[in-house]
Amino acid sequence: MSVSIAGVLPPFTPNLWQDIQVMLHYDFMRQALLGGTILSIVAGLVGYFVVLRHQAFAGESLSDVAFTGALGGAALGLNPFNALIVATVVVALVMGVFGERLRGRDVAIGTVLAWVLGLGAFFLSLFTANVSGTGTGISGVSVLFGNILGISTGQIGTIALISGLAILALLLISRPLLFASLDPDVAAARGIPVRVLGLGFMVLLAVTVSEATLAVGALLVFALLLLPAAIANQIVTRPFVALVLAAALAVAFTWLGIAIGFYTGYPSSVCISLLAFLSYVVVVGGSGRIHHTFLFLCTRKEGLR
Amino acid sequence: MHESSFSSLSTATPATLAPVIQVEDAAVDLAGRTIWREVRLAVQAGEFLAILGPNGAGKSTLLKAILGLIPLSAGKIIVLGQPARRGNAAIGYVPQRRHFESDVHIGGRSIVRLGLDGGNWGLPLPFLQPRKAREASMRVQEAIDLVGATAYADRPIGELSGGEQQRLLIAQALVTRPRILALDEPLDSLDLRNQQGVAGVIRQISRETGAAVLLVAHDVNPILAAVDRVVYIAHGQVAVGTPQEVITTETLSRLYNTPVEVLRASDGRIVVVGQAEEEVDSHAHRPR
Repeated sequence: MSVSIAGVLPPFTPNLWQDIQVMLHYDFMRQALLGGTILSIVAGLVGYFVVLRHQAFAGESLSDVAFTGALGGAALGLNPFNALIVATVVVALVMGVFGERLRGRDVAIGTVLAWVLGLGAFFLSLFTANVSGTGTGISGVSVLFGNILGISTGQIGTIALISGLAILALLLISRPLLFASLDPDVAAARGIPVRVLGLGFMVLLAVTVSEATLAVGALLVFALLLLPAAIANQIVTRPFVALVLAAALAVAFTWLGIAIGFYTGYPSSVCISLLAFLSYVVVVGGSGRIHHTFLFLCTRKEGLR
Repeated sequence: MHESSFSSLSTATPATLAPVIQVEDAAVDLAGRTIWREVRLAVQAGEFLAILGPNGAGKSTLLKAILGLIPLSAGKIIVLGQPARRGNAAIGYVPQRRHFESDVHIGGRSIVRLGLDGGNWGLPLPFLQPRKAREASMRVQEAIDLVGATAYADRPIGELSGGEQQRLLIAQALVTRPRILALDEPLDSLDLRNQQGVAGVIRQISRETGAAVLLVAHDVNPILAAVDRVVYIAHGQVAVGTPQEVITTETLSRLYNTPVEVLRASDGRIVVVGQAEEEVDSHAHRPR
């Protein structure tokens, strides 16, 4: 969609104010920016705790599940968003319940994930063979790489509702969750329900991954979830400042990414993830250290291809 | 084995004060195994107790039982007049350490602050309650001053040394102004200089705040000068008393049920040779 409209749209001019006005003239752009903003706030906030809790692998796994869930739903003729949110929440709860026992079992997890992705590929072929083009508003490519420009008014309503609840829940548990993430033993001794918080957070993570899949796709969820949070974590030492900064950075990447996509014709998800990635490299490179997350990302993404 | 505890009690502290911790015939079973039983102990305010013994003897278990984290199979533990319970803010707890990894990029001050209000729901909103916020940061600074960590309190905790992290974690336990400080091997994995530094900080805290200190230690020597009494746990048996009473060839041989020799160096340091050493080796690979 974004590629086909590029020829019709006005070109980029040095007058930034006019450019913004032109951009906001279009319905789909207003919706993309609104939906993207809400999604980015959730992703930034949740992502900060993902970084603190070293749950990047869990987030990545859930995005694989989201891919399969969405395509499975589509292949079976269900609402893909509902299907993927149910699939990710269920898997997140299972991961949360077995959390301790799964630690250090990356081979087992990797095997299961490979199977989940395989299942996704199966649904994809099923879907392209039978359902594609019947007006479900989903394509395999958009599940994998997202299409924020395709967000409908109805979807905005759903996104706003779910995100609003997720943000409220996260802010409510933020302090005990921070304590439990950094210092589970002391937190438990203080009477903080560490396990329940961990499970609750897995559900929030699942919801976030599901929503972010809409905007940037299952494979690029990390761009919104992890990179702004990792950058904020790197440059700020006060957790609640970092939390707000992570959300602000995610919003900024999304706005800029959508704008660049609008004027260049490249998919916005690519622009968003590229921006986030470049900022991350600059910040981490600037601090002279290579972050664990960065190493993890490289190996993980290479492994997928 | 218990007479010593009561006799030393009456001499070391005023008998009129109610004990802050009272352990009455307590026993703990874990996975069908009795860790220790018939433990009787009364701790007075301001007392400094070292919990000693070989690895796996149940030193941490005693601390956790007092914190209400492990249920007793017999007897009872009264903390400040009430049965031991989880989440008691009157006990500052520093568990066995695990240090923060180098990628934890949160400032030491924020870590200490968690000790004060980390259990509260909702966001901290300093602009709504400026006076409360000021008071909170004063409490945090007070705790940081007590452990002498002001110079590095604002640096990311993952970048600090083990001794610096340990001081900040003690500050985190102190920030609620607890009446009891429970420290599980706070000197473990510190180098000799830092061991002495942290031990000095703990001794000074117990004097300045009047908090009772329970300190699990592997080696009594770094804290020997500060300790009022020791609780020695071995083979499910417990002996309580002053170091001179408990760390003797007779008492330890009885506890270990095998000949053990206690040697005292000219500078006062204590060396235990015999079964105790083997015991240490055989438990050296315990899971952390």
